Amino acid sequence: MQTHIESSSPARAAVANVGRSRGFLERWSFAILAVLLLAALPLSLDVFRLGLAAKFLSLGFCAVGIVLIWGYGGILSLGQGVFFGLGSYMMAMFLKLESTGADSSAQALSSFFGSSLPDFMVWNSIEALPWWWEPFHHVWFTLPAIVLLPALLAFVLAYANFRKRVGGVYFSIITLALSAILSIVIIGQQGVTGGVNGINDFRTFLGVNLDEDRVKIAMYFVTCVLLLACVAVGRFLLRSRLGKVLVAIRDREDRVRFSGYDPALFKAFVFAVAAIFSSIGGALFTMQVGLASPSLVGIVPSVEMVIYAAVGGRLSLVGAVYGAVLVGAAKTFFSENFVEYWMYFIGVLFVVVVMFLPDGLAGLIARVRARRSKAPTPATAPLATATGVAK
Amino acid sequence: MTVDMFAMQAFTGLSIFTILMLMALGLAIVFGLMGVINMAHGELMAMGAYTSYGTALFFQKFMPSLMDAYVFVGIVLAFIVTSVFGFLLERGLIRFLYRRPLDTLLATWGLSLILQQVFRQFIDAKEVEVPTVSWLKGAWQVTEGIALPLSRLFIIVLAIVTAAVVYMILFRTRAGLRIRAVTQNRVMAGAAGIDTARVDALSFAFGCGLAGIAGSSFTMLASTGPTTGQQYIVDTFIVVVFGGVESLLGTISSAFLIGQMQSWFEFGLGGSMARASILALVIAVLYFRPNGLFAAKVRR
Repeated sequence: MQTHIESSSPARAAVANVGRSRGFLERWSFAILAVLLLAALPLSLDVFRLGLAAKFLSLGFCAVGIVLIWGYGGILSLGQGVFFGLGSYMMAMFLKLESTGADSSAQALSSFFGSSLPDFMVWNSIEALPWWWEPFHHVWFTLPAIVLLPALLAFVLAYANFRKRVGGVYFSIITLALSAILSIVIIGQQGVTGGVNGINDFRTFLGVNLDEDRVKIAMYFVTCVLLLACVAVGRFLLRSRLGKVLVAIRDREDRVRFSGYDPALFKAFVFAVAAIFSSIGGALFTMQVGLASPSLVGIVPSVEMVIYAAVGGRLSLVGAVYGAVLVGAAKTFFSENFVEYWMYFIGVLFVVVVMFLPDGLAGLIARVRARRSKAPTPATAPLATATGVAK
Repeated sequence: MTVDMFAMQAFTGLSIFTILMLMALGLAIVFGLMGVINMAHGELMAMGAYTSYGTALFFQKFMPSLMDAYVFVGIVLAFIVTSVFGFLLERGLIRFLYRRPLDTLLATWGLSLILQQVFRQFIDAKEVEVPTVSWLKGAWQVTEGIALPLSRLFIIVLAIVTAAVVYMILFRTRAGLRIRAVTQNRVMAGAAGIDTARVDALSFAFGCGLAGIAGSSFTMLASTGPTTGQQYIVDTFIVVVFGGVESLLGTISSAFLIGQMQSWFEFGLGGSMARASILALVIAVLYFRPNGLFAAKVRR
């Protein structure tokens, strides 16, 4: 299907924060978010709720990455759960090895079996630590690996595909298959990955007890600062010339190619950046929730992450954070009150946002503002090219 | 490995192939020809399976004497129910999103979640099993060591018939001609007097109906649950992409290849790792042949 459509996009410009006049909310969106996250939430929530917020915010990292690659790059990745999972599992491996070494009961267990293995390996009668677990004894391997490994994987995969001009929905399906692969492997290789149960039961990070309230609050702030840093990096990228090329690729890839750029390189780079964001989010998630689980790796969570970005507005980095927190809060609300309606809610959310709010909350704000100032309503322009063009 | 084992393994592959093909045929029309990503295709399959289940229950209760014939009624009903649903879906949702394929993906994903919950809440949260009819029980004893289950043989026949019918409709009827015309050049087809919107709706409904048939035949092999569709959707998409979109023959061949691979890999690696390695293999192959294995060499 050949559907090239010129994007007529005052709406795009308005939401993309590059437009003419911007409202108060749009101009100060980053500052407002920072105040909300760093002051308003910690002052108004108890430690338990703050922990929940931190959990949603860790998923927000993925949503910020999705805004970058989907909203501005036109690449819909249904595999952000893979990178989230990689970060999450790498951190969990480190924490598990640390707690296995420190825990007295684990040591008793290990002296009994004659080896110091994580408990789930002992249960699955694994005899020796797999070689790829070994480096995760060291924090100075783990932390760089959380950033670099997913980036490398993402870049190689994306560059290979984009160079062959596999794009649009085909790339989405490939990322979908990728998340299927990782979750199947994790569940299948129970002995070395923890299987369905995931990796859990660890308490300390470099000797600091992660269960203490004080540490939890500190972790919340670490999460917020890193998340804000990711948003800032995203903004910097989009405002740089790289961002301009990226948007140009999204809207008319062949023209950019004819101008002498290599679109594959740009797209793969941004894809790798989004992968790093997700991986950092995954690592923070594991530290705060105390769990790395295949249920956050597979297809369902990966697609759910896209709705976070879509609710916030696919063109708004800041909006993605709100989207993640709002949808996450809604999920908690439903599971606490009426579980069976959660699936309806999220299902309807997918349909409604796509059909009526293609620019999400950020688009809604822009639309309301435009109506109030009696300017020609911009946000009604069809959202055609932003979503990539089918072959 | 003995000849018997070899034959049984190949037959298992053939059986997986037929299910994959039945599912992928519908998707090949919806995705391959129309370019619509329908993530709810798996749930349509489940809908077909539940329709068969309902038909079986109805026959069991009211017409036990005709129980042997319910299979055919179930297949026809499954086709009708899912294609009507598909028609409404196209009119109510898909047609607004033709120019936004990635958004179609998300919207139909939402729909699939809703349908799953509907199945769970109003039919059964557990998996349901359809009673096997008497003439499909047992197996055909080819030789001493080779026994081919009749139900699987029946599905193979059904798959061949379905594929033939799809081929006939697409390439030998007026309606098929219209579908192909709209696929190849929408604007020109419209200019030539074809009602493209109507063709879209009907071909979408037809593709969905095929999913219903796939679901109906699926009930003869395994039980159906609310998430049955979701388990198969990725594999089905992979079959279509691997075979080369826009090529029915490619879809069938790739379903055959993947079915056989699944059967043989399972023999060596176990079920889940077989699936994972096939998916990885397909991604690797797509790198070398981005348009699929059997892509038609056309200028775009």
